[in-house]
Amino acid sequence: MAEEVILLDFWSSPFGMRVRIALAEKGVKYEYREEDLRNKSPLLLQMNPVHKKIPVLIHNGKPICESLIAVQYVDEVWKDKSPLLPSDPYLRAQARFWADFIDKKIYDIGRKIWTTKGDEQEAAKKEFIEALKLLEGELGNKPYFGGESMGYVDVALIPFYSWFYAYETCGNFSIEPECPVLIAWAKRCLQKESVSKSLPDPQKVYEFVLVLKKKFGIE
Amino acid sequence: MAEEVVLLDLWVSPYAARVKIALAEKGIEYESKEEDLSNKSSLLLEMNPVYKKVPVLIHKGKPISESRIIVQYIDELWNHKSPLLPSDPYARAHARFWADFVDQKIQGTMYRLFEAASSESREAAEKELIEDFKVMEGELGKKPYFGGETFGFVDIAFIPSYRYYYGHETLGNFNLVEELPKLAAWVKRCLQRESVSKSLHDPNKVYEFISELRKKRGLE
Repeated sequence: MAEEVILLDFWSSPFGMRVRIALAEKGVKYEYREEDLRNKSPLLLQMNPVHKKIPVLIHNGKPICESLIAVQYVDEVWKDKSPLLPSDPYLRAQARFWADFIDKKIYDIGRKIWTTKGDEQEAAKKEFIEALKLLEGELGNKPYFGGESMGYVDVALIPFYSWFYAYETCGNFSIEPECPVLIAWAKRCLQKESVSKSLPDPQKVYEFVLVLKKKFGIE
Repeated sequence: MAEEVVLLDLWVSPYAARVKIALAEKGIEYESKEEDLSNKSSLLLEMNPVYKKVPVLIHKGKPISESRIIVQYIDELWNHKSPLLPSDPYARAHARFWADFVDQKIQGTMYRLFEAASSESREAAEKELIEDFKVMEGELGKKPYFGGETFGFVDIAFIPSYRYYYGHETLGNFNLVEELPKLAAWVKRCLQRESVSKSLHDPNKVYEFISELRKKRGLE
């Protein structure tokens, strides 16, 4: 039976990018559908009635919501290629921990950087760098968080790299001097087609952020 | 060996209760170390330096933090009995989604309710929590457990918090027993399991503790 895989997504969403990367790593053919978040499709509302958010992976008509849950699903269904989670239960728990840390910290703190100014923005920048440094510590000497090849934590984090330029420009700071190892890791990931084809141009993300700032009346 | 499994614990924490239920379901012996969050042990700070929170499971000296992650670890490692997650990937994704909903939505609303300093904010949080509980009532439907025929991941994720809320049966003027009968029956069913009844404390004691905490913070 032909697999029918559809991804409801939005081009600049780091959460959507995670699922794109996972599907690409597994070589899964799918239909990408761009949602207009100001005018959500009936399909999106039907497939994710609880949160009404993207990404939603629809596999043979059945929805999987929440990006990390969708990535684990992709890993478990298409298990014969490019395993994303390790097989050892302890290492799996560690991978889940760091992906969850990324969920708790990176998006919200990053958002504060471009939506605030003054002391609040400074505090957000500081917290952001601290979080990245913790992740650098976890990466250590490994080429990827997953070890010799990209894994779950790499997939969870790399999408945010496409937002770094926007954070840096809005926040007037530079990440690379503070986190050189992490930036080297990001560039390494971008050499993989699964990543480079899933991430948007950071300049476009920045322009999008400027549009949002204007819309929300943020200086 | 019991000394191989240590749980850094807090009696009133629904997150810690999840881990206790999972360990009991698997028949795993462990040592529970009660933490005083106003004076965290050096062990806790060493084992969970990122969040400094409980529960932390320490297995053969290695820590696992975050209750849903701990429960999945327990399920995957001790896979000889009582599977907590289903084997089918779609069913697993479904279970993970609803356990995430409990944390993302319900716990968030409960926290806002705890922090509510005015009657307006209290009423708003109560209203939202009732809607959240209605969603769970709908998701449970006719099934004996959230996972279907067997007790599992979502039940473990939800029963501690709901039980502690359910302890005083009304949310504002909303009677949880009358208005959400499926969840009421589910609570009774869960409490019949030794793993649950032994892992949960008297909800009145929990309620007293929370009230005291609110008073100390000048919220009552």
